[in-house]
Amino acid sequence: MKLGFMLSEVAEGLRRNLAMVVSIILVTFISLTFVGTASLLQLQIGQMKNYWYDRAQVAIYLCTDISPEATCPRGQAADDVKLQVQERLDSPTLSPFIEKYYFEDKEQAFANFQEQFAGNAVAQYVKPEQLNETFWVNLYDPNQSPILTESFAGLAGVEEVRDQRSYLDQIFLILNIASLAAVSIAALMLISSALLISTTIRLSAFSRRRELGIMRLVGASNFSIQLPFILEGVVAALIGSVLAGITVLVLIQFFVQGFLAQSLPFTSFVGLSDGMLVVPLLIAVGVVLAAAASGLAIRRYLKI
Amino acid sequence: MISIQNVTKKYKGTPRPALDQVSLEIEKGDFVFLVGASGSGKSSLMRLMLREDVPNSGSVHVLGENLVGLPARKVPFFRRRLGVVFQDFRLLPNKTVSQNVAFSLQVIGKSEGFIQEAVPDVLRMVGLGEKADRFPNELSGGEQQRVALARAIVNKPAILLADEPTGNLDPNTSEGIMSLLNSINLSGTTVVMATHERGIVDQMKKRVVELSHGQIVRDQVAGGYGVRD
Repeated sequence: MKLGFMLSEVAEGLRRNLAMVVSIILVTFISLTFVGTASLLQLQIGQMKNYWYDRAQVAIYLCTDISPEATCPRGQAADDVKLQVQERLDSPTLSPFIEKYYFEDKEQAFANFQEQFAGNAVAQYVKPEQLNETFWVNLYDPNQSPILTESFAGLAGVEEVRDQRSYLDQIFLILNIASLAAVSIAALMLISSALLISTTIRLSAFSRRRELGIMRLVGASNFSIQLPFILEGVVAALIGSVLAGITVLVLIQFFVQGFLAQSLPFTSFVGLSDGMLVVPLLIAVGVVLAAAASGLAIRRYLKI
Repeated sequence: MISIQNVTKKYKGTPRPALDQVSLEIEKGDFVFLVGASGSGKSSLMRLMLREDVPNSGSVHVLGENLVGLPARKVPFFRRRLGVVFQDFRLLPNKTVSQNVAFSLQVIGKSEGFIQEAVPDVLRMVGLGEKADRFPNELSGGEQQRVALARAIVNKPAILLADEPTGNLDPNTSEGIMSLLNSINLSGTTVVMATHERGIVDQMKKRVVELSHGQIVRDQVAGGYGVRD
């Protein structure tokens, strides 16, 4: 079958089923937008992990007078606790793992606290003596924080050893759940768009069963009978996935870069270059899905 | 050209076979009528020759192809060497006469140049040269069957299968179609025509194969429709 003739067949099929074609476009558009958003969210999580995990420190909090009895029975840690901790950090067992560490006394902690919670009511009530003296430790490999936890957890005068990554993990958990939700919605919608495509193609084949009968009669090959229908589904899905791609890029440009990045200046966000990775994925998913769905749908019309 | 050996065809849910141990040889250039009452097996036999069906046992050879063992993907290429017409014409209502004929060439990938030459030629041959741009619903039944015939022979098939081609036509119109079939046959095409119209068969004096209850009961050169019905 010649290309021009086949394309005119495809165009006629699309024209005949215009309403269904529009619904295919919309459903693939929305479902692939979800797929795109989910992939961007994953990229964002990856990027934030890289950024924050590198900066995450392990905090060794020393006891204060208001620390809980169970961990700090003797109240405020004495100076010798500080020396003991320092000695251990410098010891040959631990020092190979440690990039650097520094000590933060109550006054510094108070200053940081005031800065961090400036404008917040809590800043007025907190006094320096309520805050922990803290050793902040940067490890070469942030995954090795259990070494520090084990070495200091039992030490008298140490209230707690806390890996900051445990706070981050909660944030990432929430982000992961959000992207999982987006993926699940996307999966459901992809299923419905596949079913919609196969229904539309079946309808299109049914409305052209006369042509199909004659094509088989005069010996048109299965491939040339099948191809216009597959292309019909693919063209519709392609329009939908291109729209989804554009939406994703617009979202990055105007929402992520234009709004989020401005309001949260110290976080690195996904950019258009990440979007350019996602768009071909969306188009590929749309096209492959449509080709498979319409190919399966048309198969029963090819029995000889 | 067509060789059918000991063919039996049963359809599901019917106790009696539609074709029962049928053997038939048709040579190049033959004109053969298949006659018999409804349900005698004419259509089943035509379907086997067109490879729309395969027999339960026996062998069917058409144009040198063993149709029983022919893989499905090769069937389209086999069909390109046959022409077929039916009682109900099977034209596309939204295409003109010449587009209908051209369609069958387009779907098998013939070049535009070939189509532009072959279609007017074949339409002139069937006597519709003037009506190339009409739509099927603007034509009489006889003219529609001529379009169907033009479509069937435009690719110069070696065999033309005609399943009750005059079934929907009045006797005068039928005569025109028969003379057309005759001239197609004279140009070297083998014609196999299923019919139960006595007048036509008696007049043409061609080979007659009569089927009854799935068996060939008569195979007569230059025969008539016969007494049995």
